[in-house]
Amino acid sequence: MSAPLLKVTDLKKAYGAIQAVGGVSFEVQPGEIFGVIGPNGSGKTTLFNSMLGQISPDSGKIELNGQDVSRLGPLELNRRGVGRTFQTLQVFGKMTVRDNLIVAAQEHRGSMFSRMFEQDDSGLGAKADALINRFRIRHVAHLKAGTLSYGQQKLVDIAMAFMSEPDLVLLDEPCAGVNPSLVGGISTLLKDLNRTPTGSKKSSFVVIEHNMDFVMDLCHRIMVMVEGKVMAIGTPAEIRGNKQVLDAYLGA
Amino acid sequence: MNASRNPLAIGLIAAGALIAMAFPLLLKNYGIYLMTYWLVFVVATMGLNLTVGYAGQKSLGHAAFFGIGAYTVAIMMKAVLSWWLGLPAAALLCFVVGLILGFPALRVQTIYLAFATLGFNTAVWLVMRNEEWLTGGTFGINGIPRPDFLGWALTGNLAYYYFVLACTVVMGLLLLGLLRSPWGKAFTALRDNPIRAESLGIHIRNYTLLSFAIGATYAGVAGALFASLVDFIEPAPFAVGASIMMYLMVVVGGPGYFLGPLVGAAVGAVMPQIIPDIAPVLSNWYLPIFGAVVVLMMVWLPDGLLSLPDRIRAKRDSRKASEERMKAGRPAAGQGNAGGQA
Repeated sequence: MSAPLLKVTDLKKAYGAIQAVGGVSFEVQPGEIFGVIGPNGSGKTTLFNSMLGQISPDSGKIELNGQDVSRLGPLELNRRGVGRTFQTLQVFGKMTVRDNLIVAAQEHRGSMFSRMFEQDDSGLGAKADALINRFRIRHVAHLKAGTLSYGQQKLVDIAMAFMSEPDLVLLDEPCAGVNPSLVGGISTLLKDLNRTPTGSKKSSFVVIEHNMDFVMDLCHRIMVMVEGKVMAIGTPAEIRGNKQVLDAYLGA
Repeated sequence: MNASRNPLAIGLIAAGALIAMAFPLLLKNYGIYLMTYWLVFVVATMGLNLTVGYAGQKSLGHAAFFGIGAYTVAIMMKAVLSWWLGLPAAALLCFVVGLILGFPALRVQTIYLAFATLGFNTAVWLVMRNEEWLTGGTFGINGIPRPDFLGWALTGNLAYYYFVLACTVVMGLLLLGLLRSPWGKAFTALRDNPIRAESLGIHIRNYTLLSFAIGATYAGVAGALFASLVDFIEPAPFAVGASIMMYLMVVVGGPGYFLGPLVGAAVGAVMPQIIPDIAPVLSNWYLPIFGAVVVLMMVWLPDGLLSLPDRIRAKRDSRKASEERMKAGRPAAGQGNAGGQA
């Protein structure tokens, strides 16, 4: 197996007396879709926030492409190739859908000074249009993102994370609040983006999601967290067959 | 703002230019003075519109920068330095002080930021009032001359009007260029959702500071033009009340609308001056009426007067979109297989 894209080693984070994450280690390979599941309070969000630089872990190490990124903030992480989506909708409501996509990647080009003289779309128009077509939001591309339906905004939100061709995309409950009929659509879309990326690079995904069917269908490997610790890591089939996981979480 | 190749937009720009050039010729001296006064406030509120309207930073200290610009030019001209030295000095000083005022905005937002900037305005105003050796205190500084432009004396009101008009156009085009560059989107992203913006690699610290600094620079330039227009300055026009008024001008015109300051400055700066002449009965009632109108606007038109066309368009668009959704028969999104997993 090649060198891992993301390597988390013995990550710990406590809030007062509560050990939210108590020594979690895992690796994500290039191009892999890695799922994280676990009951509420199992430490998924704390783990995610550490990987995104929103909080800094008490101890442990997070490495991206072999470099220690444990102490970096969200801005630096994004510049180094980490894209993300949020659990709740986070689009720029007063910008058009197309501008939302353009602004999602423009800061990766040139310097702040050079961008003052850059054209309106930063040369990203074609790329935005390609993603707009893949996400099938062409008919709303010229509308202000805030005026779209929830499902459409969710698609814009996910598309934004892919604009800068990140190495790693962290998807925080991509199905939360989404109409069941759209869930399958999002799954197909993500698999397709993973197989044939819009740009030249393949992205790895880490997905937190409560919708079990979605996770089992989408992910190559799944990590089950319980009370801040890793209970099991394995393929969907292995996780389904794991007696411990069944007892603790999936229920039979 | 995406109407640059629209014939209607070109027509409107041409009509606006014609009016701006020809209308003062029909006016008497005081009318020309008021037109110039209006343009000065247009330049000042253009800057505040960047800070507040585009970048979403609630600043109630804009009049302080307006004052710093005015006093810089006045003090330098008293020292027999050229206005043309005073203008860049005013702009630069405001840029630097604006940058510094941006730092609180990195820690506090919304109403707390408004209070921080308001405190700054009060401090600057106290310096203007109390440091008599520098500012003349409450007596102010009088006899501020008007500049020359390439050998032409701009002493006449009409000549000075055209000069201020040219400055306004130049400042407007610079701002338009900035807003149309990727910076414009970065500012808007900062306003709409700073956390999301940061996760997309947008350097929110730099953009926040620069939104203050550039906004303050516009106020500084406006202040320099103001000092030479009125020829006498004292601390009153730069007090906290003036900052609140400038904020209202942005709100009334339409925060985040490029042409908002044209409307806002007309309503907030010029109307109070002309109402006593055209409708003396109203003069005592101007402020209550203005206040009531603002309250009503906040309820029904929170994005300002210039948001009206957009509102109508948005309504039409969303109707069209829902018609299309109806035609498609289901929420129009995602890939073909809409069945979910069994």
